[in-house]
Amino acid sequence: MQIDLRTVSIKQQRNTFDHLARRFGDKPASRYQEGSYDIQATENLHYRPTWDPDQLIYDASITKIVMADWYALKDPRQYFYNNYTLARARQQETAEANFSFVESRGLADMLPDELKQIALDVLVPLRHAAWGANMNNSFISGYGYAAIFTQACMFHAMDNLGIAQYLSRLGLLLGDQEALTEGKTAWLDDEAWQPMRRYIEDCLVVRDPFELFVAQNVALDGLLYPLVYERIVDGYLSAKGASAVAMLCQFMNDWFDETRKWVDAVMKVAAAESEHNRAILQEWTEKWSGRAAAAMLPVVRKALGADADEVVGEEVAAFKARLKKVGVDI
Amino acid sequence: MDMQVAKKKLSLKEKYKLLTRDLGWDTTYHTKDEVFPYVQYEGIKIHDWDKWEDPFRLTMDSYWKYQAEKERKFYAIIDAHAQNNGHLNITDARYLSALKIFLQAISPGEYAAGKGFARMGREFPGVGTQVACQMQSIDEIRHAQTQIHALSNYNKFYNGFHAFADARDRMWYCTLPRSFFDDALSSGPFEFMIAIGFSFEYVLTNLLFVPFMSGAAYNGDMATVTFGFSAQSDEARHMTLGLECIKFMLEQDPANLPIVQGWIDKWFWRGFRLLGVVGTMMDYMLPKRVMSWREAWNIYGVENGGALFRDLARYGIRPPKGWDDAEKGIDHMSHQFMLALYQYNFGTAFHSWIPSEDEMEWLSKKYPETFDKYYRPRWAHLSKLKAAGTPFANMGLAKLCQTCQIPTVFTEPDDPTSICQRETEYKGEKYHFCSDGCQHIFENEPEKYIQAWLPMQQLFQAPINGDLGAWMNWVSLIPGKDNGDFDGSEDERNFAAWRQQATSNQ
Ligand SMILES: [Fe+2]
Ligand SMILES: [Fe+2]
Ligand SMILES: [Zn+2]
Repeated sequence: MQIDLRTVSIKQQRNTFDHLARRFGDKPASRYQEGSYDIQATENLHYRPTWDPDQLIYDASITKIVMADWYALKDPRQYFYNNYTLARARQQETAEANFSFVESRGLADMLPDELKQIALDVLVPLRHAAWGANMNNSFISGYGYAAIFTQACMFHAMDNLGIAQYLSRLGLLLGDQEALTEGKTAWLDDEAWQPMRRYIEDCLVVRDPFELFVAQNVALDGLLYPLVYERIVDGYLSAKGASAVAMLCQFMNDWFDETRKWVDAVMKVAAAESEHNRAILQEWTEKWSGRAAAAMLPVVRKALGADADEVVGEEVAAFKARLKKVGVDI
Repeated sequence: MDMQVAKKKLSLKEKYKLLTRDLGWDTTYHTKDEVFPYVQYEGIKIHDWDKWEDPFRLTMDSYWKYQAEKERKFYAIIDAHAQNNGHLNITDARYLSALKIFLQAISPGEYAAGKGFARMGREFPGVGTQVACQMQSIDEIRHAQTQIHALSNYNKFYNGFHAFADARDRMWYCTLPRSFFDDALSSGPFEFMIAIGFSFEYVLTNLLFVPFMSGAAYNGDMATVTFGFSAQSDEARHMTLGLECIKFMLEQDPANLPIVQGWIDKWFWRGFRLLGVVGTMMDYMLPKRVMSWREAWNIYGVENGGALFRDLARYGIRPPKGWDDAEKGIDHMSHQFMLALYQYNFGTAFHSWIPSEDEMEWLSKKYPETFDKYYRPRWAHLSKLKAAGTPFANMGLAKLCQTCQIPTVFTEPDDPTSICQRETEYKGEKYHFCSDGCQHIFENEPEKYIQAWLPMQQLFQAPINGDLGAWMNWVSLIPGKDNGDFDGSEDERNFAAWRQQATSNQ
């Protein structure tokens, strides 16, 4: 029996769940709030991990950063699974259209050999760096504290994997399987890539989730994305006529623009929490961004040659200005 | 070099390999042991991670695309459900108890599983395994969120939903699922995969989801049906991951067999105890019954589970140790559980009730060997007390099983007239258990299980100090609204009034 219930007007008993009413007052909550706040267990944890009995299974003290309430680290995009997935589904449609545009018009074959080689040399090994970023964000999501922060890290990890896959497809399109083989050899053995690989491998042994957030999402990506996608792909390669490469990298460009808002918000709130936090964030940012700049330099040189020092210097300055705005002065 | 040469066409499998596994490399600046520190200590030997067969091949672009389609549909349906007062379509407000238990006990487990899979997505040294675990991680976040969103509208109109987050951490019966997931999360990566990936997802998921979702459909709950349906293809991926995991471990080294068998024994029993709640819901809480717990067990346990273990026999795996005890308990457990819930219903954030004459008829048909003989008389007794105005409430403290955390209410496998109680002494302390299965689990890892948080002991500590009112406050349970007998409850009254309003011309 289907009855028409639309017309019934009945009195709601309450607006929202208790834990949300305590945080935001007795009013209807958004889906972001319902899906994100306080959904990780916090009290009366039963057992200590056998993999590290010094920790709790959810342990806010495994990072040096101290927050009175970890749920303060909210995402300005208000991403929960639904709107995150919908946003990426739209972006992948654009990416797909771009790939088929380049492919169907044979634009890859029309690229001047020299520019194509630069694109391959710079971009293809980065698929391994993106895989490193994926593992790092999977770690932060797994060991970080509070769903509001860690769910965004898992979305970020999946994005990193998506980027590694777009870079692989770019390699296949421009240079076939050999391009991937050569890129991997360069990643493993080429002098110029070793500081970068070392950086990523050093990150893989950092087990403070917030330090890893700084090392990967703030410092490395904060320099890598502007340098590679703005300066080399959009600036240098497009200007010389290789705009097909820029089309294949649109996802990465848009992604960085979007995700840095979240990264900045996390840094800003954590730094504003206490002088203790600010000092630690400054120390970490300084340490890791210095190394990231040094790791980027030989990579940028592959495209920009002698101009690399200057360009990296400019981006480091821009990075410092960005961090200053969120309260981290280096 | 001639760039015009036709490109070699890659097979899907080759392409997927390039887009996932080929991304990884052997680290040289740090050893494998430093990068993957947790994969040794459980004793599982893996010689070649490349032998891992990807259980499904999904690149991120297609993942986003498929999942977005499902998400659009799901939210469109629950939006309409909320707008149209879809909650008034349920058969009867008693049905809500099943949803309340689900939100308090199961949805937090979805989130916990997601957390665990994020860790596995980092800790396994094989890209194929990592990617599969990471996808399951965001899927599980999805499940927690879609469930909360689907049930959010019920919370606006009915009691018992509002404090699910507090219940998860403090409510006595929520420690059953909580200790289950905490146990998995505190285990090593391989055991976690057997616990959640294999035992829960592969062996037990059908027993949880199929009855639950068909129960929802039978009882007019479109919101719940929708989250169930929407999760189905995710669960199919999770099941293949769980199965691939166990096969991979067993194929890599014969020495893995006894370890894996031990985990199967343990996690089958823990999962079986957890599913007792589902059995109770099927036999007692659905106003319109789908099938009995016994019938569900025959299909999904005996038939499907039996086939699975026959298949795994070629690796030397035998059915879980507790299998026979489980079979012996099937015709009793839901009755014992519901009787316990009813007696303690002053302390539950959902309602329970004495089954009607009709329902008892159904129960005795479904349980011809046990219901009339053992349980009908007990319900009749409770009914008499209630009619006399002195309803029975068990104010004594339940003795909880140290392992599964259920009050020791189950009977001996071979003697339905005596309560099964086991105990073990460890370092001068006595620990109680509901069954041989739970006792064995404890004895294999006593250092772990002595840590269990026992809610009954909490009652006597600050800030509660034995005061029932203070305890209710602490678990955010509103007496007279959230708890007690369904009969005479606010949910019963409101639902009846609203339905009446909807079906009359007033
Ligand atoms: Fe799930
Ligand atoms: Fe699942
Ligand atoms: Zn037990």
